[in-house]
Amino acid sequence: MTVIFGFFLLTLLLITAVAIVQSQNLFVSVMLSGMFSLLLAVNFFLLDAADVALTEAAVGAGISTVLLLSALAITAKHEKAPSSSRVGALIIVIIATLVLIYATLGNPQFADPNAPVHQHVAPWYLDKTAEAIDIPNVVTAVLGSFRGYDTLGEVFVVFTAGIGVLFLLGTQPGPFAQSNPFKLTDPKGLRHYLIPRVVGRMLIPFILLFGLYVQFHGEYGPGGGFQAGALIAAAIILFALLEGENSALKVIPRSVLIGLIAGGALLYGVVGLFGIFLGSNFLDYSVLSSNPVKGQQMGLLIIEAGVGITVTGVLLSIFHAFAARGKF
Amino acid sequence: MELFLDIASWILMSLGGVFVFIGGLGALRMPDLYTRMHAAGITDSIAPILIIPGLMLQAGLTLASVKLLAILVFLLLTGPTASNALASAALLAGNRSEQVKSTAVPESEE
Amino acid sequence: MELLGLYYYWVFAILLMIGLYAVIVKLNLIKKLIGLSLFQAAVFLLYITMGKLEGGTAPIVTDANANGLFSNPLPQVLILTAIVVGISTMALGLGIVIRIKEEYGTIEEDEIQEIDK
Repeated sequence: MTVIFGFFLLTLLLITAVAIVQSQNLFVSVMLSGMFSLLLAVNFFLLDAADVALTEAAVGAGISTVLLLSALAITAKHEKAPSSSRVGALIIVIIATLVLIYATLGNPQFADPNAPVHQHVAPWYLDKTAEAIDIPNVVTAVLGSFRGYDTLGEVFVVFTAGIGVLFLLGTQPGPFAQSNPFKLTDPKGLRHYLIPRVVGRMLIPFILLFGLYVQFHGEYGPGGGFQAGALIAAAIILFALLEGENSALKVIPRSVLIGLIAGGALLYGVVGLFGIFLGSNFLDYSVLSSNPVKGQQMGLLIIEAGVGITVTGVLLSIFHAFAARGKF
Repeated sequence: MELFLDIASWILMSLGGVFVFIGGLGALRMPDLYTRMHAAGITDSIAPILIIPGLMLQAGLTLASVKLLAILVFLLLTGPTASNALASAALLAGNRSEQVKSTAVPESEE
Repeated sequence: MELLGLYYYWVFAILLMIGLYAVIVKLNLIKKLIGLSLFQAAVFLLYITMGKLEGGTAPIVTDANANGLFSNPLPQVLILTAIVVGISTMALGLGIVIRIKEEYGTIEEDEIQEIDK
């Protein structure tokens, strides 16, 4: 059964990818790439990666579509027809594909328990999580504690990207804002459209609630700061689309957003420093409490909160920077 | 009892699958946007009403059933809203089918 | 099952090259970014495929399944963070494209090079 599903979904994925590249209409490409993300999420779920599927669905299908659309609103809706010949590129790409496929023949067999990937650190993580941290979700344990350095780095990459977008675009409308009739956020929002507005407003509290559930249930089920940040940002972006960007800025002003971006990353780093001050290593949470396991759990909860805060702040400020550029 | 529940849930799920198939077929074969949306609406409305209770019968009285119920409620709320938004956007963009042209088109939603 | 495993690798290779093709051939900068995200998605798919284990489940160890098999958590952790980093870097790229549009009035690569001459 899984085999049939796998073939079907992978083939759909390929068809969607070809359609994305083929379409001259950028709007169609963006919508198809949202579909592509959803299909990819289902594929991840079939491959037993629930956390990754949740992230891909929230980020790829939700936030990335909105960001691409707001960029289209300021730049162009159509791609220019290609003029140069594409045969050379096509030949190179086909040869590279064949080489890659030939190379994959040497890969270990799919889902083989004896594959090298499954021999080294992974069994150790699966064994030690119950003993050292005592939470069910091993992905969260590896993310937050065993490989906390990595995650700290990733949070700072997200932080830097947010700062970069703010430096590039600022908060002022750009010179092309006036000329484009295709606007992302009307100052008045969707007030003329009763049904989407009513239903949308009704859903926002539930999306926020689900975001918080994903944030604080990450130790027990699929979830964590990255997914929760994307979900909460999506709820507020939905509010901005319904009620106009200014209403959303009244709820969370720009100054608060900048505080969120920096605050989350700082929270993560400070928890790491606490480890040093209490006489252990950087990002070792076991000294935070008298019981090492409790300390680990406490540390995880705090750093996940830090991740969630930074991701929410960055995604929202990127959205506002794009929306403000095309406004008025 | 077990067998009866199994049979009932499989009947519900297969019927739901049939409606999804009809919806997909309609979305491909119908002549214009509005009739296509009409067909696609089947996958949003009647199909989950059949499939999700079928899954709930499989799950029994557990937390999973409550989650499935929540999914059903949200699908029933968002599906028709999305159809409505899509239709009004198409109307606003000037996509008018032959049938709609002959009758009066409402200028605004209010 | 064996054929499906090979198919996963083939889809990875083809998706990767579809993404690369878009980056090489398309002159529109936004299309290039979308192509880059396809490229990224192919890499994500390869990593998650590697982590799959025959008969395993998602790596959430409860009392009920403590002795079961689990898929490899490590690739999942790497890709989970990579997805969020991917969207942030794509947003940065889009920001640069918007500034290019404002400076040059176009986002087609050949026209930009024409102006730069």
